[in-house]
Amino acid sequence: MAGSSIMENLFQRSLEDMIKSMRLQLIGETTFISKATEEIRREIKSTDQQTKSTALQKLSYLSAVHGVDMSWASFHVVEVMSSSKFAHKRIGYHAASQSFNDDTPVLLLITNQLRKDLSSTNEFEVSLALNLLSRIATLDLARDLTPEVFKLLSTTKVFVRKKAIAVVLRVFDKYPDAVRVCFKRLVENLESSDPLVVTAVIGVFCELAAKDPRSYLPLAPEFYRILVDSKNNWVLIKVLKVFAKLAPLEHRLGKRIVEPVCDHMRRSGAKSLVFECVRTVLTSLSDYESAVKLAVEKVRELVVDQDPNLRYLGLHALSVAVPKHLWAVLENKEAVVKSLSDDDLNIKIESLRLLMAMVSESHVADISRVLLNYALKSDPGFCNEILDSILRTCSRNLYEIVVDFDWYVSLLGEMATIPNCQKGEEIETQLVDIGMRVKDARMELVRVGRDLLIDPALLGNVHLHRILCAAAWVAGEYVEFASNPFELMDALLQPRTSLLPPSIRAVYINSVLKILIFCLDCYLLQNDGSGSLYSGNLEGEQSELFSAKNDTEATKLATCGGSNYEQDVGFNPRNIADSSEDLSVENGIDRVATHGKTFTSTLVAGKNFLYESIVSLLNRIELIFGPLITNQDVEVLERAQNILSLVQLIKEEIIDNSVQSVDTVEKKDTRVSTIINLMRDTFTTELGPVSVSAQGRVAVPEGLVLKENLDELQAICGDTELSSSSSFATGAPHGITISDGSSSNLLQNEELGPLNESTSLIEHRKRHGLYYLPSEKSEIVPDEYPRANDPKSNSNINDEAAELVKLTEQSLMKKRTNQTKPRPVVVKLDDGDLAPISVKRPEPRDDSLSGAIQDVLLGSESGPSVSQSYPSNKSSRKQKEKKKLSSNGRSEMKENAVDSEKPDPERANSSSKNHGHSKERKHRGKEKIVEGEERDQEGKKKSGHGRGRRKTHHRAKSPLSDPTHILHIKQVQKSYVETKASLNTKREEEK
Amino acid sequence: MIKAVLVMNTQGKPRLTKFYEFQPVEQQQEAIRNVFSVLCSRPEHVSNFVDAESVFGPDSRLVYKHFATLYFVFIFDSSENELAMLDLIQVFVETLDKCFRNVCELDIVFNYSKLHTILDEIILGGQVLETSSTEVMKAIEEIARLEAASSAINLVPKSVSGWRSR
Repeated sequence: MAGSSIMENLFQRSLEDMIKSMRLQLIGETTFISKATEEIRREIKSTDQQTKSTALQKLSYLSAVHGVDMSWASFHVVEVMSSSKFAHKRIGYHAASQSFNDDTPVLLLITNQLRKDLSSTNEFEVSLALNLLSRIATLDLARDLTPEVFKLLSTTKVFVRKKAIAVVLRVFDKYPDAVRVCFKRLVENLESSDPLVVTAVIGVFCELAAKDPRSYLPLAPEFYRILVDSKNNWVLIKVLKVFAKLAPLEHRLGKRIVEPVCDHMRRSGAKSLVFECVRTVLTSLSDYESAVKLAVEKVRELVVDQDPNLRYLGLHALSVAVPKHLWAVLENKEAVVKSLSDDDLNIKIESLRLLMAMVSESHVADISRVLLNYALKSDPGFCNEILDSILRTCSRNLYEIVVDFDWYVSLLGEMATIPNCQKGEEIETQLVDIGMRVKDARMELVRVGRDLLIDPALLGNVHLHRILCAAAWVAGEYVEFASNPFELMDALLQPRTSLLPPSIRAVYINSVLKILIFCLDCYLLQNDGSGSLYSGNLEGEQSELFSAKNDTEATKLATCGGSNYEQDVGFNPRNIADSSEDLSVENGIDRVATHGKTFTSTLVAGKNFLYESIVSLLNRIELIFGPLITNQDVEVLERAQNILSLVQLIKEEIIDNSVQSVDTVEKKDTRVSTIINLMRDTFTTELGPVSVSAQGRVAVPEGLVLKENLDELQAICGDTELSSSSSFATGAPHGITISDGSSSNLLQNEELGPLNESTSLIEHRKRHGLYYLPSEKSEIVPDEYPRANDPKSNSNINDEAAELVKLTEQSLMKKRTNQTKPRPVVVKLDDGDLAPISVKRPEPRDDSLSGAIQDVLLGSESGPSVSQSYPSNKSSRKQKEKKKLSSNGRSEMKENAVDSEKPDPERANSSSKNHGHSKERKHRGKEKIVEGEERDQEGKKKSGHGRGRRKTHHRAKSPLSDPTHILHIKQVQKSYVETKASLNTKREEEK
Repeated sequence: MIKAVLVMNTQGKPRLTKFYEFQPVEQQQEAIRNVFSVLCSRPEHVSNFVDAESVFGPDSRLVYKHFATLYFVFIFDSSENELAMLDLIQVFVETLDKCFRNVCELDIVFNYSKLHTILDEIILGGQVLETSSTEVMKAIEEIARLEAASSAINLVPKSVSGWRSR
């Protein structure tokens, strides 16, 4: 047995051997690692400490570098940790700190080992234990080892003391009651002459203050002294971080620190310190104008620096200044704009953010235009970053900065055609949202929507599907603004729509229905011979606006739409070729449509709604939607079916009528017209934006159990769920469901035609297997078509940068000078559209910690946040603390006579005082407790120096408190004033 | 505080990993891969900061420095100063340089435990404790001496005496 262990020892591979052979291995890394792990598993069971620890070392190497699991070895880790040899112990401790966590069961076994090592005379052993504790301390460990850590806080060995201080952070975090024991010592260490100790303490306070700054306000005088006296940049940075947290809580504090901070900013050569000063000023001292000016000056140096790091941080600092000091950004706009073409993505993004922060309504159009050109030339990632920021900025506060919605809508359309655009969802939302909110923009929306729908190339781009969905919805919903509804119909019916996912296809189909109803309605009205009736149906203002706009835009529409449309015409016949009679008719219409583009208003004139065109439209819908009734998606299928039956119904009547004389037409049309009228009425109801909180206002009907457990249901339809879940998840966007619901109801009522699709569907499924394969076309087809928009490659970036600078410059100067159009009305809901932004702050996470600290610093009764937020459990917690504390106190008395602090008298002292002045405000309370603390210190026979510090504490604090309490404070001061010489200077300063 | 220290080579192989908040090894490896994929895509001579919130959760920043074939990466939160972290990487590398005389990747590959000892002297529990490479070196030498002393006794393996007594 022992012999074998010697052999093991001799032939064991060391860590270095293992690494070497791993570098030379030929069997593949993973195989090698698993072999090595097997070897380790064998070796680690050895009774020989040397073998065991080497095995463990190898294992922790593999774990750290190659991600091998080592949780199985935790007991071996404990064994190696307890070795008497330092080399082994170190390996054990390292392995523990690497692999142990709160759930490791063997943690219970190491308490005593840690206690032993923490009180070791060898400072390196202590340091090992502290290191481990800082990493894995749990509530139990922290509680059990608090006395040891407490002792180490005042050890003379700086090497150990600084580590003990750092450990306190974890101990406090896990076991807040340790604050009662350790906090004073921790604060005393702030006084230390050793810079390393101060670094450690201030680091701890920086972390503590980040979580709960209010508790540390009373320590402000100490921090202030460090801020003024320290020469160490690390310490100064941390102190600044602490003050950045404290200053917003107490404005008088800001007044005190602003000078020293500016001093450091002026004098320091260390960029890190200067940057920290700048950040502190911009975040927390932004009310002090001179300081901000100085900070901005420093920022200017940073943003033009050679070093990209400084440039980046400079821009970052500027973005911090945006909310309160936009002028700082404006002053640096050249640098900001220049950074947009930096090589560094960080800098580009930061500069983009700043640029968007500068945007105002007067020049949003120009800046967006330039940025869009940048986007065309950028790599996809940054391109989308640009688009995203434009979208977000423009939609902020319900399109606050957008005045010209026609411009914005066409911008959205343009974005959609950028090849790398992946912001489909956001553009979709905005298109629909603008449609619902801004009446005046609808005309342009329909135009943009038409341009998008009509371009067959766009259908191949998966990222654009959502935009097309919005375009289709807009086209259907606001069809009355369309220059040519037939054209829209063609776009919606084009064969490449089969590339769309079913949910979006369903929207297309629904839009077809809306347009169809519109066309039929117009046709019927026209046949009635009363064109005026039509315009009477439209709301007055709309038709007015409509004709006015048409005058100006008709030519534009004709030119830009014409070319696209030609393409489409060439496209359609392929599809319809089988029905030759349709072809001729259709081409006829198309001619009319394209050539008749100079119409002032097609609709009002009504010349286009010829009998032939309507019939061909109906035929085409039938032809195209025919195959859809076997579609796998329920939504598509149902909608197609609904339209088909409607078409059949109408066709029957219209065609029948046409055969007879004109007189009978008008009589028999009535049935159709009632149907159409009914449907038109449903569609003309305007959809408005819905408040996010709207659902909340709807009372839950009686007898409806919302939280009913539906598990049984799942058991019942468990087997059907798989197929249905995919097809029901259509996610029809905004409001469509509303209109759809009503329309489908209507359709159900009106459905009269013979329907045999259900039987045919079943037959069909029998023949072809239950389900269709999902069409994979979308991935293959896009390549056939040219990209929608080719980036302009030849324009010069530098030119554009210059242009942008000029733009911002110009437009920042002029204030909305030439606004020709008044901003259209944007519908807002009374209660605000956005969900009420919950400003409630997250509850302080470690409330028990802050509570404990406030207890120590301020006295328990006066801790403001604690007493407010935890009124109920406070007393019980306090009792618990008392118990624990007294036990702690006892143990300390045994171990350390000097530090024997009797918590009960102190508490009695402070609490009785507080009871006496229970009506006082909290500042008063603070003062009282500080007094209590001092007495306590006196009782502890601390050096005069310590009390002197306490004095300065008072002096610096007094301006923070209410004037009514000054008398009281003076009383407190009086008793100590004689002994403090150092104080006089400070008081003079104050006066 | 500092959340993690990583050293990896330009092929993405980790050479040193130290996480100051517990993470399972799978997550560690995942994080290392993610960090590397970001770092290797960054050109030379650009800023040394990277947005790390996607990898290490909210309020995390990443600073890295590229030396020869190695990336030195520190991940930290808003309680640390970015430039100070950059300096700290410098301190760490300087210490390594002093320790190994012209440190190269091989030194780092083969001196796994020494590396950790150095790092533990500079950072403890995510707190920066020592920023002078000379001080760190003193401690390292002291520890090395201590280890040598303990293993010198070890030349007569303890197992032998254990065997005798049995």
